[in-house]
Amino acid sequence: MSTLPLLKVNDVSKFYGSRIGCRNVSFELYPGEVLAIVGESGSGKTTLLSCLSTRLMPTSGIVEYHMRDGQYRDLARMGEAERRFLMRTDWGFVHQNPAEGLRMTVSAGANVGERLMAVGDRHYGNIRATASDWLERVEIGVDRIDDQPRAFSGGMRQRLQIARNLVTSPRLVFMDEPTGGLDVSVQARLLDLVRGLVHDLGLAAIIVTHDLAVARLLSHRMMVMKDGAVIEQGLTDRVLDDPREPYTQLLVSSILQV
Amino acid sequence: MATPLVVSEVAKSFTMHLRDGVRRPVVANVSFSVKAGECVVLGGPSGVGKSSILKMLYGNYGVDEGQILMDHDGKLVNLATAEPRTVLEVRRTTLGYVSQFLRVVPRVSALDIVAEPLQARGTPLEEARAHAAELLSKLNLPRELWSLPPATFSGGEQQRVNIARGFITDHKILLLDEPTASLDAKNRAVVVEMIAEKKAKGTALIGIFHDEEVRDAVADRILDVSLFSPRKAAA
Ligand SMILES: Nc1ncnc2c1ncn2[C@@H]1O[C@H](COP(=O)(O)OP(=O)(O)OP(=O)(O)O)[C@@H](O)[C@H]1O
Ligand SMILES: Nc1ncnc2c1ncn2[C@@H]1O[C@H](COP(=O)(O)OP(=O)(O)OP(=O)(O)O)[C@@H](O)[C@H]1O
Ligand SMILES: [Mg+2]
Ligand SMILES: [Mg+2]
Repeated sequence: MSTLPLLKVNDVSKFYGSRIGCRNVSFELYPGEVLAIVGESGSGKTTLLSCLSTRLMPTSGIVEYHMRDGQYRDLARMGEAERRFLMRTDWGFVHQNPAEGLRMTVSAGANVGERLMAVGDRHYGNIRATASDWLERVEIGVDRIDDQPRAFSGGMRQRLQIARNLVTSPRLVFMDEPTGGLDVSVQARLLDLVRGLVHDLGLAAIIVTHDLAVARLLSHRMMVMKDGAVIEQGLTDRVLDDPREPYTQLLVSSILQV
Repeated sequence: MATPLVVSEVAKSFTMHLRDGVRRPVVANVSFSVKAGECVVLGGPSGVGKSSILKMLYGNYGVDEGQILMDHDGKLVNLATAEPRTVLEVRRTTLGYVSQFLRVVPRVSALDIVAEPLQARGTPLEEARAHAAELLSKLNLPRELWSLPPATFSGGEQQRVNIARGFITDHKILLLDEPTASLDAKNRAVVVEMIAEKKAKGTALIGIFHDEEVRDAVADRILDVSLFSPRKAAA
C-alpha cells in the first residue's frame, strides 16, 4: 500500500462566467482504483471530469498527474503537444455518445489501430492483429473489422469506443455515462465487459454515472455531487448502505435496491 | 500472535434526514474481542443492532465513535477510520463476509463468483475454479448450475454460492450474517462442519445465527448485543 497516487486533485473550481460548474473539489486517485461520481443533472459531474482530463481549464486549483517517469506534473502547465500525447496514450476517455469518441468514417479496425499508431506502432500486420484481438475482447465479430462504426448498433459502437481507448494500455480512463443511451440488456453486457477489463488491466478509472447500481457494480469509491460541490464521499458500499447527507439519503431512497 | 479483532467503545446512530432529521441511536460502547479459532455469536432480539455491528466491522456502515482494530498482515488497522482503499485491501486479504443475501453480478457464473476472491489474491484461475468446485459440491449445489449466473437461483441455492464465496479464502477474520437462514437441515449441517474447520485453522469468526441448533453447535461464546443498547450505556 505504499504506492503513490496517480492523480492529485487540489481545490479545483470551474466557473462559467458567474455560473458555478464545480467548486473546491479535492481528492486523490490511486492506481487500480475506480471512482464513481454521481449526482443530479447539472451538479457538475461532466465539468469536473473535463477539468481533470484537461478538456477544460479549471478556473482555480491544481490537478497533478503521476507520469510514467515517476514525476508529478501540473496538467495546466503542460505543453499542448505533451498533453495531447498523454490523452492519446496514457489516458482513455469514453464518451456517453460514441460518435464523439470514434471516427465514424473510418473502419472499426482503423479506429482501434489509430491509437496504436499514436504510441508509435508502425507495423501494419501487428496493428491489424492487435485490433482484431481487441474487437474480439469487446465481443465484436472480427468479420466486422472493415465496417465503419456508422453501420454498428449503439451497444457495438460503445464497445468499439472502449476497445479504442483501452488498446494502448492506458493507466487512467475517464468515462462519462458509458451506459447512458443503451437498453438494459445491452447495458448489463457492457458493464460486465468494463468490470472485467478494469479488473484484468488494473486500470484506474473515474466513471460519471447517474445509476447507483452501476456505481455499486463498478466502483470502489464514490463521490456525490450537488450544486457543483462534493457533498459526500467514501467507500462505495458505505455511501450506499449508510448515506449521511440529506441529499445522498434522498438519492439512495429513491431507487428500489442497489 | 496478535488478537485478530478488538472492538473498543464503538457507537453508532443513524440520522434520518428524510424524517425530519430524527436521530436513531443503535448501539453504544460496544467492546469485545475475538481470538483466533474462536466463534463469537451476536445474540439479542430483533432490531437490537446485530447486523449493524457486522456491517460496521466490514466497513459498510460508518462508525461514529470508537475503534475497530484488526490484525492485517501483522499490522494493526483501525477500520473505523481507515481510507477506502485500506478497507478494500483488508477485505481482500484479512476480512471475509458472508452476507444474508448474495449480490448477483450480471453474466458471471456461480463458479466464477465463488472463485473470484481467491483469484483476487493471486491464485491462478483454474486452481481457483477447482477449489470453488470442491466447495460447491460439498454444499450440494447441483453441478448443472455451476456455469450459470445465480440471478435465477432459489434463495437457498444463492445462499450456498454466497457461503462458498465467503469460505473459499483463508481470511483470518470471517463475518457471518445468518448464513444458514434459507438452508435445509442437510446443508445446515455442512455449514456447521465448515465453520468447525475454520475454527480449527485458527480463523476468528463473528456470526449471527437465529437457528438455535446451529448456534449451539458453533458458538464458543454468545454476546448479548442488548448490553450495548444506547440507553444502558447512558445510564
Ligand atoms: N459551457 C458551459 N457554459 C455555461 N455553463 C455551463 C457550461 N457547461 C456546463 N455549464 C453549467 O454548469 C453546471 C454543471 O454542468 P455539468 O455539465 O457539469 O453537469 P452534469 O452534472 O454533468 O449534468 P448531467 O447529469 O445533466 O450531464 C450546469 O449548471 C450547467 O448548466
Ligand atoms: N441503514 C440504516 N438506516 C437507518 N436505520 C437503520 C439502518 N440499518 C439499521 N437500522 C436500524 O438500526 C437498528 C438495528 O438494526 P439491525 O439490522 O442491526 O438489527 P438486528 O439486530 O440485526 O435485527 P434482526 O435480528 O431483525 O436482523 C434498527 O432499529 C434498524 O431500523
Ligand atoms: Mg454530464
Ligand atoms: Mg439482522
